[in-house]
Amino acid sequence: MSAVPAPRLTARRFRAGDAALQLVAGAAALAACVVVALIVWKVVDGSLPSIHAYGIRFVWRVAWNPVLGHELYGAGSFLFGTAVTSLVALLIAAPLAIGVALFLTELAPRFLRGAVTALVETLAAIPSVVIGLWGILVLGPVLRDDVEPALHTALGFIPLFGPASASGSSVFTAIVVLTIMILPIVSSISRELFLGVPRELREGALALGTTRWEMVRGVVLPYARGGIAAAMILGLGRAIGEAIAVSQVMGGVVGIHWSLFSGGDTLGSKIAESYQGGTTKLQVASLIYLGLILLVFSLLMNVAAQWIVRRVARRQGVGTKRGALG
Amino acid sequence: MSSHGITRADLHNVHLPRRRRVNRVMELLAWLAATIAVAALIIVVWSVAKRGAPALNLDLLTKTPVQFALGPVKQGLANAFAGSLVLVLLATVMTVPVGILIAVYLTEYAAPSIRAAVSLALDVLNGVPAIVIAIFVFGLFVVGHGQSGWAGSFALACLMLPLVARSTMEVLLLVPVSLREASLALGVPRWRTTLSIVLPQTLGGIVTGTVLAVARVAGETAPLLFTSSIVGTQVSWSPTHALQSIPVAIYELSESADPADHARAWAAATVLLVFILCTSLAARWLATRGRRRLSTSR
Repeated sequence: MSAVPAPRLTARRFRAGDAALQLVAGAAALAACVVVALIVWKVVDGSLPSIHAYGIRFVWRVAWNPVLGHELYGAGSFLFGTAVTSLVALLIAAPLAIGVALFLTELAPRFLRGAVTALVETLAAIPSVVIGLWGILVLGPVLRDDVEPALHTALGFIPLFGPASASGSSVFTAIVVLTIMILPIVSSISRELFLGVPRELREGALALGTTRWEMVRGVVLPYARGGIAAAMILGLGRAIGEAIAVSQVMGGVVGIHWSLFSGGDTLGSKIAESYQGGTTKLQVASLIYLGLILLVFSLLMNVAAQWIVRRVARRQGVGTKRGALG
Repeated sequence: MSSHGITRADLHNVHLPRRRRVNRVMELLAWLAATIAVAALIIVVWSVAKRGAPALNLDLLTKTPVQFALGPVKQGLANAFAGSLVLVLLATVMTVPVGILIAVYLTEYAAPSIRAAVSLALDVLNGVPAIVIAIFVFGLFVVGHGQSGWAGSFALACLMLPLVARSTMEVLLLVPVSLREASLALGVPRWRTTLSIVLPQTLGGIVTGTVLAVARVAGETAPLLFTSSIVGTQVSWSPTHALQSIPVAIYELSESADPADHARAWAAATVLLVFILCTSLAARWLATRGRRRLSTSR
């Protein structure tokens, strides 16, 4: 007679189904949070023996001696290696990446734009172990035989450019490899930022008679400044956390050497190299302590990038509102 | 003169030839940067393909590695191919339902404050270096129990989860609110609206996100180093033991001194690259197709 079902009955059934889906989905979301908490807990827990033995001084001590009876561990040289490789790689990659992004948004002819965008994104998809394989067997020997001697003869008076490495494994090789790895990350974020610059601003500048570069310098870059900083931080985070490719090309040397052509190690690569297992409990705990330092860095980078993005979003939100009123 | 912003002098016609020259130089530099980026890709892919292609043969897929080979022996990486298949498959099965559920919770149910908290957790998880994930799973499962395929695939799943959840969330947000409202107005309960109206719309996007995540973790070495790397040479399909994988095999072979090992590393790298490039291209194609469909349906 009537197609309308009894309201109370259906209402109850609806609620049961909703509650079930909400519960299951909520549990999944909770699981993600639990995994993050577990990561922090497990890494801290695993490094406790080393924290008890060495305390905070572990962070800057330059030592890694696994000989029984004389055991002494410290993260100093790995921290140094991480800082040098990732910062120099960012220094090279950032201008390149911004150049690529500007090319793609401002200059590229239509037929090149799609192809180059796809190619640069493909570069990001190459696994680090393959780049590392190329780095150790192809790039390393080329740098050792041709590039490093040339740089040493030309600029050898600067301690950075010491004698060429014997094996082709060096800080320099690691820097080149990391540059290739973070270039596509920074450039694809920058490209999206540049695409988001309002058309009126570009056209306004060009209508004032600026050249294309003056438009970029005066409008595009200032508009995207905060976002570029966040992109660079993300790239830096990637470089700091990279373990595999770096461990393949860096040669595993403890100590602080100022020459770019000597071997070295980073936090991540030291951990990766030791995958066959540590000999003592203290050594394993010290390796996990290195991981803890890495984790703290990655959390800081994340927070910094988020903070910048949020600040920029707020500022630009205010800006557009004012524009709409005016 | 300010470091950026356009001053009157900049615009003054007297400087026009110089300004044009600066513009030209900057344009050339941008072209150069793009050339360098593309060249880097071509050089890497070309050197892998050039060395890998001659070493590619059926033995690589069917034969297992031989330890302490005296003289030239036919050997391959069958154990690594089998292991990678199992590890990535298990990780995908673990991740996809959880990732979709997280995305559903965040877009359909969560209060803004909870959404912000869970998104932050996903961002943090996405930012944790793979090697730290390896240490975490090592501490969680491997200490006391030994390495296993389960531990390895769980480590891969930790890397996949934020990718799948994020991409699913993005497509869920694209589904028009009017569609949900139409369904709710017809008296369909909310959970059925979500499961049978909203989610089917996003199927293409979910598949794309999953394929991209698979392409990403298939090449990951670091998470497997402490969880599923100390292995035998026999083909094994059981995740209760440690399983060899393609990336770990390449990693080990690359550090060997034997040119024959290098040849196998190049061949395996070629297979891995072809797989990853094909899946990325397929995902890209799916994404453009899906987007076109979603925009015409609106």
